[in-house]
Amino acid sequence: MEFEHREAPHMAPTADVATMMQQVLLALVPAAVAHVWFFGPGLIFNLLIATAACVGGEALMMRLRGRPPVRALSDYSALVTAALLAFALPSLTPWWVTATGALFGIIVAKHLYGGLGFNIFNPAMAGYVVVLVAFPMHLNLWVAPRMGDIDYQFLSVLQTLTYTLTGSLPDALTYDEISRATPLDAMKSGLNDMRTTVEIRSLPIMGDFGGVGWEWIGNFIAIGGFWLMIRRVIRWHIPVGVGVGLLIPAGIMWLASPGTEPSPGFHMFSGAALMCAFFIATDPVSAAASPKGRLIYGAGIGFLIYAIRTWGADVDGVAFAVLMMNMAVPAIDRITRPRIVGHRRDAGAP
Amino acid sequence: MTPGHFIDRLQTGLWRENPGLVQLLGLCPLLAVTTTFVNGLGLGVATLVVLTCSNVLVSATRRWILAEIRVPIYVLIIASLVTCTELIIKAWFPALDRSLGIFIPLIVTNCAIVARAELFASRNGIAPSFFDGLGMGAGFALLLMAIGFFRELVGKGSLFADFHMLFGGKTLAGLVVVDGGWLLAVLPPGAFFSLALAVALKNYLDGKRDAAGRT
Repeated sequence: MEFEHREAPHMAPTADVATMMQQVLLALVPAAVAHVWFFGPGLIFNLLIATAACVGGEALMMRLRGRPPVRALSDYSALVTAALLAFALPSLTPWWVTATGALFGIIVAKHLYGGLGFNIFNPAMAGYVVVLVAFPMHLNLWVAPRMGDIDYQFLSVLQTLTYTLTGSLPDALTYDEISRATPLDAMKSGLNDMRTTVEIRSLPIMGDFGGVGWEWIGNFIAIGGFWLMIRRVIRWHIPVGVGVGLLIPAGIMWLASPGTEPSPGFHMFSGAALMCAFFIATDPVSAAASPKGRLIYGAGIGFLIYAIRTWGADVDGVAFAVLMMNMAVPAIDRITRPRIVGHRRDAGAP
Repeated sequence: MTPGHFIDRLQTGLWRENPGLVQLLGLCPLLAVTTTFVNGLGLGVATLVVLTCSNVLVSATRRWILAEIRVPIYVLIIASLVTCTELIIKAWFPALDRSLGIFIPLIVTNCAIVARAELFASRNGIAPSFFDGLGMGAGFALLLMAIGFFRELVGKGSLFADFHMLFGGKTLAGLVVVDGGWLLAVLPPGAFFSLALAVALKNYLDGKRDAAGRT
């Protein structure tokens, strides 16, 4: 009788790319539901378009590179890129904007650098920055969140789909009726008009920490992020780094001048800060490698988000912060190279 | 020198050692001004003239230039030529001057020109240096025009707009292919992407030719 003979390791590894990416997608589901509840069904259309473009781009590039497309498509990483891009875009985005961002992210930022595992830049953020620079008008149109007692126009599924496909509103609606300044935008322009944070915080779009709707989406993102941490899909270093890097400068400035500086809570729950901390910055390919490096990497992103929001021209700076720290990753990896067992720390370092 | 040598020099500048595509020299004007075809043409021709003249002058005076101070002398020669070119453009093509602005005086710092003076003109006779400058300058100018053409088409949806800057007369809108374009192409990132695509295309064509030559 012959026994089946297998070599070590005898337990199959559970942390392959596809499982990781599936869990990341699963962790985004609560936030997606909250997003659809507050901002309407636009996210679903964005997701569908971005997914189609990402999968198509991935298949095309694998074919051009002479590799089997199935191998790349079965690891779900293109779907995560599509999901992150869809979350970054406003819920009303014409399809060509979404498709441009997705195709750029996959074709240029991912495959021209060598595909999954070799891309220097986070593909979703690279794609987002390209459409942000190329279509500034479309990317600044955010619909008002569902606010309860405030009178506002909420787009139906059909109207949202029409806008997504044609890029123009139905004749009965004007942009002023459906869109509102985002909390970060209102804060920035309010401060520029010499109003105090207390006045700005009393606007109907503001919630307890961030804006109405936004902060609830943030809560669900955080829940998904903590679940990923418990599942050990992501480690705690990058989210903590982003939080510390954002909250410490924000806290110091707020304590020094609470009338002219938004609170750390506002910074944390506005824009894409939480999304960045748990889902965007934690992309294992474009982040630093060692735990210490990841803390530095996260803190750099957090600080850059604060710097761009406070002193920059853009309203939110997550994408630029992530891309800038992506560029710093080789240097971070170099100075945080772990000590090899048996070597002294100062010996052997070039 | 036989005619074959001259053609060889021209080929070297235009393709084999193209200053923009292969040596990646003079990237500052290459990336900054190529938002339209006309800008590329204007700066390309100005660079071509300066490069050819500086090559000839450096080659003619190479016996008397001391090796220790050769680079300052090259810069003096190039700067005088650029000043002449700038005054000519100011006098006859004021619109082009306004459009290119600081990048005409900045031809002085175009490293492609100093590189040819140092690498070629200071070691060769006047005739080869002349053809080297012509080839290199034309290679640079053609690349500027190609990138300007591409960025104008993608970024603004037009072709050959603003030609009145070169020939005077009334405003010329050029060919309008589509109204409006992909803004990114005329912004600085678009310049880097366009250059990268051009370099990739050249390497692709070379690789294909080499493969065809081997089989």
